[in-house]
Amino acid sequence: MAKSESEYTWKDLEIGAIIADPGSARQYESGTWRSQRPTYDFTKCIKCGLCSLYCPEGCIGENEDGYFEADLFYCKGCGICARECWPRVITMVEEVE
Amino acid sequence: MATRVGIEVSIAIADAVKLANPDVVAAYPITPQTHIVEHLAELVANGELDAEYIPVESEHSAMSACLGSAAAGARTFTATASQGLALMNEVVYVASPMRLPIVMAVANRALSSPLSIWCDHSDMMSVRDTGWIQIVAENGQQCVDNIICAFRIGEDNRVLLPVMVHMDGFNLTHVIEPIEFPEQSEVDKFLPPNNYPLPLNPDKPVAMGDFAPPVIFTETKWAQEVNIQNSKKVILEIWDKYNKAFGRQYYPIEKHHSDGAKVVLMTMGAVGETASVAIDEMRAGGQDVGQLRLRLWRPFPFEELREAIKDTDVLIVLDRAISFGGPGGPVASEIKAALYDQPKKPRIVSFVGGLGGRDITVAGFKDIVNKGMEIARTGSKNEYEIHGVRE
Repeated sequence: MAKSESEYTWKDLEIGAIIADPGSARQYESGTWRSQRPTYDFTKCIKCGLCSLYCPEGCIGENEDGYFEADLFYCKGCGICARECWPRVITMVEEVE
Repeated sequence: MATRVGIEVSIAIADAVKLANPDVVAAYPITPQTHIVEHLAELVANGELDAEYIPVESEHSAMSACLGSAAAGARTFTATASQGLALMNEVVYVASPMRLPIVMAVANRALSSPLSIWCDHSDMMSVRDTGWIQIVAENGQQCVDNIICAFRIGEDNRVLLPVMVHMDGFNLTHVIEPIEFPEQSEVDKFLPPNNYPLPLNPDKPVAMGDFAPPVIFTETKWAQEVNIQNSKKVILEIWDKYNKAFGRQYYPIEKHHSDGAKVVLMTMGAVGETASVAIDEMRAGGQDVGQLRLRLWRPFPFEELREAIKDTDVLIVLDRAISFGGPGGPVASEIKAALYDQPKKPRIVSFVGGLGGRDITVAGFKDIVNKGMEIARTGSKNEYEIHGVRE
């Protein structure tokens, strides 16, 4: 796993800022871009997984109960999952923090 | 022994590329660069040059193909001019921070509009801040020699940068000059094989030209800047080796009777030869004038400039491009900036001329120098002077 980008000095960079160690994108918290977050009413969920197929970030996976849920470290809050979820499990709410 | 032949400079440039034995040539023809890539295509088609010739559909694709080729560690050449350089601009910017040692011949030509196929330096100035090394040739021999040097400079593992060799369109590309070609064995000795340190390789996958968020972007740009600044000493070292191996005189700033002269004319590109005739005639007439020719535009040779003008009272700079609405000629304004903090500096007078192929004659250069001396005495209300415009 690559070290965090904030730890690199300009001298630490590979030639041409080449990324030679895999895993650097995994550290990038795109969740900070979010202005809305998905909330879930899992009593309606049929576990079809459509939301995870439509998620452009690829950040929706099954939780321990088998329901599909976004990883908020990466979720940008685009709301595509909420629009595509036909049993209406997902509601987008304003990020207040 | 080197052979000396009378040859069209474009053909000579293609032959110089052949001597450097590139692996890939990806190019799109555009006046006045066409003969260079046409001849290279011929050499490949005839089996005289063992290279991959990629006839792309545009200059944007030409430079994109060059990126991939250089990233794979292949020795890579392309050539363009003017609108072609403008069309590939986006990818020109990509090559340098990725540290890909592509060599590109640029047959300097004015940018539209109005449409002009003739020489000035507006295309060259449009890529000034792309982070490429920019070498400027003054005659055919310099084109040939600097193409060979450019591969060695760019591919040197202390540099790893793309290099443009600028040559004035038509004034250089389409004239027949006596060119001394080094022997293949001498070039092979001078130019080691390309040894790109981190080439594309399925056994060691890497990500190139990747996304850089604000937390790392400044670091990448500073690494790029330090790298091109440090490249100057390698350029000087490689020119020195070439000078010794082939009996040439390559320096970032060439002096022509400038040491000790009170009035110095500075030129860049092919007009320097006409200007030198004017300077010689003025000196024969008893005038204390000299000339400097700028051969390295990026990285800019600050120290060499400051040394070269230490005795100068009046420095007259001729530019073949305008920074519209700005301070005038790009070369003159950089020189003003480079000398502003010097305790002793010459009065700098900026002229713009030779736009879109307009010739500047020997008499024209005498006129520029005489007018420049007068302005140095009396001052001028203009930021710069335009040479030869009809009032």
